[in-house]
Amino acid sequence: MAKSPEEEHPQKAFGWAARDNSGTLSPFNFSRRDTGEDDVTIKILYCGVCHSDLHTAKNEWGVTSYPVVPGHEIVGAVTAVGNNVNKFKVGDKVGVGVMVDSCKKCNSCHEGLENYCPQMILTYNSFSRDGTRTYGGYSDIVVVDQNYVLRFPENMPLDAGAPLLCAGITVYSPMVYYGMNQPGKHLGVAGLGGLGHVAVKIGKAFGLKVTVISTSPKKENEAIDRLGADSFLVSTDPAKVKAAMGTMDYIIDTIAAVHPLTPLLCLLNVNGKLVTVGLPEKPLELPIFPLVMGRRLIGGSNFGGIKETQEMLDFCAKHNITADIELIRIDEINKAMERLAKSDVRYRFVIDVGNSLSKVDQNAQASRLFYFAT
Amino acid sequence: MGDLKEQVQPQKAFGWAARDSSGVLSPFHFSRRATGEKDVTFKVMYCGICHSDLHMLKNEWGTSIYPLVPGHEIVGVVTEVGSKVEKFKVGDKVGVGCMVRSCRSCDNCANDLENYCPKMVLTYEAKDYDGTITYGGYSDNMVADEHFVVRIPDNLPLDGGAPLLCAGITVYSPLKYFELDKPGMHVGVVGLGGLGHVAVKFAKAMGVKVTVISTSPNKKKEAIEHLGADSFLVSRNQDEMQAVTSTLDGIIDTVSASHPLLPLIGLLKTNGKLILVGAPDKPPELPIFPLLMGRKIVAGSMIGGMKETQEMIDFAAKHNISADIEVIPIDYVNTAMERLSKADVRYRFVIDVGNTLKSNS
Repeated sequence: MAKSPEEEHPQKAFGWAARDNSGTLSPFNFSRRDTGEDDVTIKILYCGVCHSDLHTAKNEWGVTSYPVVPGHEIVGAVTAVGNNVNKFKVGDKVGVGVMVDSCKKCNSCHEGLENYCPQMILTYNSFSRDGTRTYGGYSDIVVVDQNYVLRFPENMPLDAGAPLLCAGITVYSPMVYYGMNQPGKHLGVAGLGGLGHVAVKIGKAFGLKVTVISTSPKKENEAIDRLGADSFLVSTDPAKVKAAMGTMDYIIDTIAAVHPLTPLLCLLNVNGKLVTVGLPEKPLELPIFPLVMGRRLIGGSNFGGIKETQEMLDFCAKHNITADIELIRIDEINKAMERLAKSDVRYRFVIDVGNSLSKVDQNAQASRLFYFAT
Repeated sequence: MGDLKEQVQPQKAFGWAARDSSGVLSPFHFSRRATGEKDVTFKVMYCGICHSDLHMLKNEWGTSIYPLVPGHEIVGVVTEVGSKVEKFKVGDKVGVGCMVRSCRSCDNCANDLENYCPKMVLTYEAKDYDGTITYGGYSDNMVADEHFVVRIPDNLPLDGGAPLLCAGITVYSPLKYFELDKPGMHVGVVGLGGLGHVAVKFAKAMGVKVTVISTSPNKKKEAIEHLGADSFLVSRNQDEMQAVTSTLDGIIDTVSASHPLLPLIGLLKTNGKLILVGAPDKPPELPIFPLLMGRKIVAGSMIGGMKETQEMIDFAAKHNISADIEVIPIDYVNTAMERLSKADVRYRFVIDVGNTLKSNS
């Protein structure tokens, strides 16, 4: 008989989980494996709230197994290391991102592209090698193989740095891979949310001219004055789109909802590249003429490998790039999810796990509890 | 636009044109400009029939102006050169492909990408800079700026070489640009027609392993034994497609008819590239998850610049590559068009202009 989440493993753990596709989160007792020889045990201090957490909590992609503890922008302090661990010691500030394991044997793993390994294991809502579910960072501790743990740069604030572990690498990786980092070139960033605002900052650090492409005119001042974008284009204004046709070399498309690609593709120059990192629930319509008539490409990208995630963190630390965040307590998570669904956040919620998630708040009953923000 | 007056220019010309969207071709007297200082005039010997000719004849893209003389796979022998022409002389074997002019000053032109110049002029049915309408190669002679003329090497047959000027460059360019030309790579070719069969030949000559992907099982023998493909997949056979998931570095998709992209994307390895060179009417669905999960690309490509067109012709000559053709007299052209619409040709019709297009026929 399968063991309950509380009994599966030796180390007690506590977090908040969704139990069904309402997506509502509530206290959840579970357990983590012992610190194995290659493992690092981490006391979680902060965890970013990624839009994927919301998609998964509500089973919008149809692949959720409940109960699910989301969270893959995890920052904390090392509390124990296994005998073989040579990269970290107790007390180190570390991060865990979107994955916690891979096969380590295939070409992708050997090339530092563990994120494309067919046996890659996600930080939450996946199966570990021992057959148990993986639970994410909306929790007090996590145990991870040292090869999937990132060193947090000294000068990077833990709370504002947490979102880089997913949002940051998700835009940094394709910007490097697709060569969208040549100084002086023109980058369009479609969508100004968690991913988009980090893409603007990284784009500026690469020396690019950056235009934010958005459906919301009221984001313009913020985009330019606060984030440093060079210009702002309202994509639903046909005259403005027409005037900007063929002016961009690259576009990072961070939009999570279904949206037309034609206006974006037409903004690109010949040989232009549109990289999509948002995950809409349904397929998009592919306009062929703009691709063929201008040798343009649409590429996908899925977060990044460990080596490049570390590189991204170090790059961001060097350029003082962190996410713009709204810090919340764990009991505010459901309200935050509602606001996230309406894109009402500038630009990432981060859960102050260390200060707000404790067993004292835990209710021993298995029934769901609703905490209202005060 | 049936009442478009015949533009009277100094050089008499004779060809076959369609007068309306029935697309039926018949004899047509017209004229071409005098040989300008940078122009090359040549007697047309052969002209390939491209599927685009059929689309244009029937106004399927809605842009056709009649009378319409198609043909953009044109080869012949130079009869006159302008005073400033440097690359060609009378008697040279030459060809003209899909374009006859570009602005020569934009970034694209400066980078040998005249095909992407916003002011590029097509070989037929386009408005040239002097306001005249261009007429294509189903005609006895041709006048073109030397920049848009390629030399046909001696060892390349004129008739089998003609289709390379459109079909050839259309597949050669993306194989090179998207780096699917490295020995040992594995590339899929979707569709085995005019473009597809040339893609197989080029890819094999580049040392690439080739899998043909087609809806017609009866093309398998030909693909493998005659064209040299390494394997053949019937795209409607799900088991066959499943068995080769994630094996291809790239795919050149030559099919114009609407078809789903998801199964093709599944055939690509991580970082794989699906290059579309056919142009379906309706936009297909783009499945996002598979693109992201494998960092894959969908891209388009359209013919090629002049420098790479010459490079492609020279590559073909070096590797003895020419199109598989059915040579026809000009008066068979309407029947050929009907057969082409049913894909009943292995794999390109080529009109024997030099021997069969006579102005009193």
